[in-house]
Amino acid sequence: MSLELKNVRKSYSLPDGSRLPILGISSFELKTGEQVALIGSSGGGKTTLLNSIAGITTIDEGAIRVDGTDITKLNEPTRDRFRAQRIGIVFQTFHLLPAFTALENVLLGMSFSGRANRTRAKELLDRVGLGQRLNHRPPMLSVGEQQRVAVARSLANSPKLMLADEPTASVDQANQSKILELIRDACRENKISLLLVTHAPEVAAAFDRVETLSQFNQPAL
Amino acid sequence: MNLFQIALKNMRQRGVASWLTMISVALGVALMVGVLVLHQIVGKQFSQSGSGYNLIIGPAGSPTQLVLAAVYRMENSISNMPWRYFQKWANDPRVELAIPLCFGDATEQGDFPVIGTMPQYFKLPYARNPKPQPFRVQGDFLRGSWDAVIGSEVARRNGWTIGSQFQLVHGGARGVDAHVHDEKFTVKGILASTGTPNDRTVFVHIDGFFMLAGHENPLAEAIKKEALYFKEPEAELFKKYEKELENERREQAALKLNPKHAAHAVPDLSKEVSAILIDTKGEEGDQLTRANFALSIETELNEEGIAMAVNPVQVMEKIMRLFVGNVQLAFLCLTGLIVAVSGIGIFVSIYNSMNERRREIAIMRALGAQRRTVSLMILCETLLLCLGGGVLGLLLGHGLVFIASPIIEARSGLLIDPRAFSPWEAIVLPITLGLAALSGLIPSITAYRTDVAETLAQ
Repeated sequence: MSLELKNVRKSYSLPDGSRLPILGISSFELKTGEQVALIGSSGGGKTTLLNSIAGITTIDEGAIRVDGTDITKLNEPTRDRFRAQRIGIVFQTFHLLPAFTALENVLLGMSFSGRANRTRAKELLDRVGLGQRLNHRPPMLSVGEQQRVAVARSLANSPKLMLADEPTASVDQANQSKILELIRDACRENKISLLLVTHAPEVAAAFDRVETLSQFNQPAL
Repeated sequence: MNLFQIALKNMRQRGVASWLTMISVALGVALMVGVLVLHQIVGKQFSQSGSGYNLIIGPAGSPTQLVLAAVYRMENSISNMPWRYFQKWANDPRVELAIPLCFGDATEQGDFPVIGTMPQYFKLPYARNPKPQPFRVQGDFLRGSWDAVIGSEVARRNGWTIGSQFQLVHGGARGVDAHVHDEKFTVKGILASTGTPNDRTVFVHIDGFFMLAGHENPLAEAIKKEALYFKEPEAELFKKYEKELENERREQAALKLNPKHAAHAVPDLSKEVSAILIDTKGEEGDQLTRANFALSIETELNEEGIAMAVNPVQVMEKIMRLFVGNVQLAFLCLTGLIVAVSGIGIFVSIYNSMNERRREIAIMRALGAQRRTVSLMILCETLLLCLGGGVLGLLLGHGLVFIASPIIEARSGLLIDPRAFSPWEAIVLPITLGLAALSGLIPSITAYRTDVAETLAQ
């Protein structure tokens, strides 16, 4: 099993002292190499769920096992390292660092896991079709190219789990399917489990397994 | 990519801000270096010069003026003393060596101070710490009446070599009755650099100096001065020197017929000296005997009240403490403030950039960077900014000293080695790095506390 959530609960404090429940998931699983599209309404807790799985946000209770490791039991530095080594993340707005070239953005992801490898970074950029643009900084790249750099970066550390938060939402129609195919092919080739959050039905339609967050997330219970 | 590479990238991204921050640090450090180097040079000059003798005798007046004139050649003489008075001290049983100094003239070229003295001047070491430093000369020391020995700086600036000839300006270029003496002196020796005022001094043989027209004291005045210095009745002295007075009258009459100034032999009575350097007796290392003799001469002269004997080291320490030291302290305080302002500048620059870079920090954290890593990254950036500014400041500071040294020298007479380094400079970079650590502390804590999820959601 690549991802397993058990009795996950997460709420936020409100200014008046009360708590706003966001997540209430009794069970969710993702098999190794499986690709799932997760649909949810805006404010439904999709990003909180992804952040919780990535270990960026801590949950109130429950267990989140990634590749067999319960990340809720890890202290923060170990969790950071675990995230760097095992989890790839693609953001909606790419989140590339403008001071760094395409190659350096990929290398940066590797640096935090302690596995910086220039050759592999070049291979990954070549794989996403940016072999000729290694030394271009993000402002010099098109939106579609920026997202492809972000995909290459997410693959840099050979993760076991890929989390994609609306990766096609910021790219134009022509690039949407290309980006989506790129992510799915890369995950398939490397046996990476993929959890892709989207609000676009046409994106979700490409997946064999589509989950609706509201059906298994019961925060109020 | 390591932390320094990441920090360098971030600095390049904020190129203008980074350069401005570095320049502000560089200016602070440059000033600090300038002050430290000048402190070192001035301190050395005021402690080393004149260490070859332990007393200076001059007409009663200001001890500071006497030392500034005799040692630093920055002032003119208070007045002059009779040659016989010098001879008295040269023959005193407590005195090992007495050297007469005549000053007031300057070179026509370069306006360097001229000292008329005896060849024995160069027998005294020019410094005693840590061990006696003898003068070294290229060529020869003073032998003939028209010989001159010049300091290294005079040779360099005037381009004079052995055999060069030059003339003196009576009373210096700014003197009341300044005029160029007709007689020429010939450079016979060039002193090796000493790092003291000797480097910018021209030494001429005292015999030649006395022979220059206008350097002799009219006999009537000289007799009155002798009477004062030796407490002898003037009438008796006028009687004693009747023959010399008669000769002078004849010369004056001849001069009226042929009014041309020319070098001529001068009777001892007309000779005057501006100061006398005294090295008291005592074996090398026997400081107590030397000091006791010096003290007894000092006391004796001060009781008489006509002349004075000063311990140059004490006066130099006083100058250092009251004037140079305070000015330097003020400069050091000012420099400290400038460095502190630079530190605040770094803090403001980094802290202001924290808002925009919070997103970058959050991205790095999402990619797996630990809190400690992003925090250190910010510290690295401040360290690099300060290190860059510090190194730039060191170069700039020495550049300033290099450029300013001839100007300071021309204006103050202080000899500044443009390549001088101060041992205190060793602490400049550690101080700068400490400042960097301090100014980067709050921004790095901010980076440490960045909420990843909240920042990425914005």
